[in-house]
Amino acid sequence: MQTDQISVSIWRGGEDGKYQTYRVPRLESQTVLDVVTYIQRELDPSLSYRFACRVGVCGSCAMTVNGKARWTCRTHVSRVADGGAITLAPLRNLPVVKDLVVDMAVFFDKWEKALGSFVGDQTRDQALAAVSPADPRRREASAGIECIGCGICYATCDVVDWNKDYLGPAAMNRAWTLINDARDVARLPRLQAIAGDNGCLGCHSQQGCVERCPKSLNPTVAIAGLKRESMKAALKGELS
Amino acid sequence: MSLPSARTESFLWLAQRISAMVLAVCVTVHIATMIIAVQGGLSAAEIISRVGGSRLWLGFYLVFVTAVAIHAPIGLKSVLREMTALPMRRIELLVGLFAIVIAALGLRAAFGLYGLGGQ
Repeated sequence: MQTDQISVSIWRGGEDGKYQTYRVPRLESQTVLDVVTYIQRELDPSLSYRFACRVGVCGSCAMTVNGKARWTCRTHVSRVADGGAITLAPLRNLPVVKDLVVDMAVFFDKWEKALGSFVGDQTRDQALAAVSPADPRRREASAGIECIGCGICYATCDVVDWNKDYLGPAAMNRAWTLINDARDVARLPRLQAIAGDNGCLGCHSQQGCVERCPKSLNPTVAIAGLKRESMKAALKGELS
Repeated sequence: MSLPSARTESFLWLAQRISAMVLAVCVTVHIATMIIAVQGGLSAAEIISRVGGSRLWLGFYLVFVTAVAIHAPIGLKSVLREMTALPMRRIELLVGLFAIVIAALGLRAAFGLYGLGGQ
C-alpha cells in the first residue's frame, strides 16, 4: 500500500527532548536518509543528523528506525514504513548530542581500550609478510574486517545497556581480526584488555549484533573466539 | 573502582562452564531418579532406604552440591552486576555468602540423609 505522504516522528533536542512529527511526500525508491534530508532542507533547517557517503560505506548515518538501529542510507522507506509512519530516534546506548546526532566518542574509546589498532614490529626495509588468503587465521580476520564503525551493534547490544563499561561487539570484533593478523605482535596485551566481564566474558551470545549488522558480520563468533583464546591464555598463566 | 583481574574473571568464567557440564549430568540423574522414585508414592522411608548409608549416593550428592555452590553464585554475580547498581565489592560479598549458604545447606542434607541409613 503506497500513500502520497508519510508521517515521520523525529526525536528533537538532547537527552530530555521530545518527538516532533513531519509530513513528507512519498517517493519511489526513497530511503530513510532521503526523508531526513528532505525535512532538513524543506521543512526544518534546525534538524541535526549525520551522514557522509549516502551509499553504505562510511557508517555515519545510523539511527533508530521504528525501534531498530539501521543504516538509513541503505534502508528503503518501503521496507520499514509501518502503515505510512516512521519514528526516528538517535542510536541507543550513546549520549545524545542533539536530535539524531549521538556522541560516538565512548564507542571509539572502547576500540582503543580493546587495543583495536594494529601493532607491528617490522620496518619498511623488511620484506612484506607473506599471508595466504587460505590461512585459517587470515580467514577469521577477513570475516570481520569489513566493519564500517556505524555503531549499530553497540546500540542494539543489551549487555552495553546493562553494563556501561562493556566494550561492545564492534571493538571486540576488531580485536579478534587483529589477534588473527599474523603480522600483529600485541596478542597478549589485547587478551589482557578483553578477558573479563567488561570484555568478551560479559557477552550473553544474544546475537542482536549479528541480526542488525548492516555488513552481515558476526561479532558473536568473534567474541566466542576471544573467549577461547582468553581461556587458553589464562590456563597457560599468561594473564594477570 | 577496583575490579577483579582478567585472570580471576577468566577462571571464574571457566569454573562456571565446567560446573555447568557437571550439573548437566547431575540434574539429569536427579530428575530421572525423582521420576522413577515417585512411581510407588513418595515417602521419607523410601528416600532413606535408597540414599541412607549409600556411599555412592553420598558421593553423587557431594559432587552435585559442590557444582551448584560454584555455578549459581558466579551467575548471580553477573545478574547483580548487570541488573543492580550495587558496587562490585558488595556483590562479591553477597555472592560469597550465597555460595557458603548453598554449600552448607546442601552438604548438611547430603550427610544427614547418609547418616540416617542402616539404623
